[in-house]
Amino acid sequence: MSLLHPKDDTKPWTGRYQPYDLVKEACIAIGVIALLAIVAAVLFSSPDDKPSTVAQWSRQLPVDFVKTAATELDGTSGTATYGPPYNHESGSVQHFLFLHPQRWLGVSHPINTAEDYVIGPLETVPNDPTLQRALDEYTSAPEKTQKAWGEAYAKPLEEDAEAEEEGKPLPKTVTVNATTGTVGVQASGTGPVPTMMTSLLSLARSGGLDGSLLTSRQFFQTDYTKPLLFMADGGLLDKRAEEQHLGGDEWGMMNETGSYPGQAWLWLYALWYQIEPFKNSPNADILVMLIMGVLSVAFICVPFIPGVRDLPRKIPIYKLIWREHYRAIRPRSSA
Amino acid sequence: MSGAPENSWTVKVREKAVEALPPEKLLPDGQPTYVASWIYVFGVASIASLVVIITSGSILALKGPAWWHYTGIGHFFNSIHMWSVELFFFVMVVHLWGKYWMSAWRGGRTRVWITGAITFLVAVPTALTGYVSQQNFDAQWISTQAKDGLNSVGVGAFFNVTNFGQMYSFHVLLLPIAVVVLVSAHVLLVRRHGVVPPIELHARLAIVPGSEAPAPAATAVGADS
Repeated sequence: MSLLHPKDDTKPWTGRYQPYDLVKEACIAIGVIALLAIVAAVLFSSPDDKPSTVAQWSRQLPVDFVKTAATELDGTSGTATYGPPYNHESGSVQHFLFLHPQRWLGVSHPINTAEDYVIGPLETVPNDPTLQRALDEYTSAPEKTQKAWGEAYAKPLEEDAEAEEEGKPLPKTVTVNATTGTVGVQASGTGPVPTMMTSLLSLARSGGLDGSLLTSRQFFQTDYTKPLLFMADGGLLDKRAEEQHLGGDEWGMMNETGSYPGQAWLWLYALWYQIEPFKNSPNADILVMLIMGVLSVAFICVPFIPGVRDLPRKIPIYKLIWREHYRAIRPRSSA
Repeated sequence: MSGAPENSWTVKVREKAVEALPPEKLLPDGQPTYVASWIYVFGVASIASLVVIITSGSILALKGPAWWHYTGIGHFFNSIHMWSVELFFFVMVVHLWGKYWMSAWRGGRTRVWITGAITFLVAVPTALTGYVSQQNFDAQWISTQAKDGLNSVGVGAFFNVTNFGQMYSFHVLLLPIAVVVLVSAHVLLVRRHGVVPPIELHARLAIVPGSEAPAPAATAVGADS
């Protein structure tokens, strides 16, 4: 007996056998499970809420779209400041003690938010000399000037978003034309940024930005990283998720739209995000992943873990499972 | 027989395989009398669910990832696929708990437990890749939420949940192969070692005269190794 090899007095079974038809049992089980799945499919169907598009976002939440685009341009959005695997920033880089795996694995899906989300798509717009001049002015300006223009333009939009979130009266510096859906931002020192943003909003409303973000590399494209991260920086996905109770504080991604069970097996993973210190930790993700990693290894190693492996003998649920067997041998012993 | 030489690799593999799992042990027609509880149903129910998942998933894969969004029959098969996954996890979790309370790793069955536990753990990303491959709002939301956890430990560098093409490949090919291989290994180990006997069984038998009736010849090989 050792720590890894506990005392095991289980002997091979030398008792009686009963007839058993393995193949028949398997066929019946497949039939029953298939029937249950078909009945559930007929009764409850499955969720399929249409995906959001950039076009939809720009039409439904034009101010949020322009605000997000402005932060992509000035490099202050969630994606722009994320860090690996998208860029070399550190906004969402997490670590635990000496473990910095996010940093170690580096930038594998590079995203330059200003270029990929704003300048690149705008360069595809044909026959617009005003936009072309604005782009030339922006791209030829020093980085410091570009940043100053972007921040000056983004400031009223951020104030507007804050006021909306806090339920305060909205400032008059941001207006939306109900007819055209265009967004007006009153700010000085913004350079060519307003022209660029107006064109980007127009491109997005037409659906052109969806295609531009997806086909930036090649015609056949299956990588939605760029459009998804752009949309995740904005408010439309969050808004829809909140309406469906899918927020992180409501067990997040283990849920599914509608009243479907979702990924209930992720309950333990989602649980940690609901409690302190993980709930408000800047390193919550790596902490939860590490805990789940340790628990997963422990789960595999149950037969070797003292205490855990001994619990079934101390809480005799096995007597319930094998009650027929124990009942069968008891009368004989007392006879 | 073809009269293959003694050093034939094929013959050696066959002999090893038959020695480890003779046909009577691989497909037994009898089992110990203690196998008499509803809890045993959940093991075969897990395999049955996996069969339904693979069948419905194969139909969805044959028609392409967008088919189920615009046809009623496609949506129906997607629903079957989703509910069979729900059933799979439900019966597998009950099966795992049942085996835990039986201490089913006893009697040299640690590998049976380990393959079962790893199967569960591999099934989780198999399902996750399905959820993020749905091409609907759920896929958008789940992928953008899941990316942070995976990125934080560096996994996002080579397993990008926002890359539909990569996730679809993982979901319809790579991870299902892993699950099927693990389940096959698990089942073969169960057949090799037999169903774990009740706790303290031998001690009880020792005081029960006549309880050790000889097993029928056809099923004796199905006894625990």
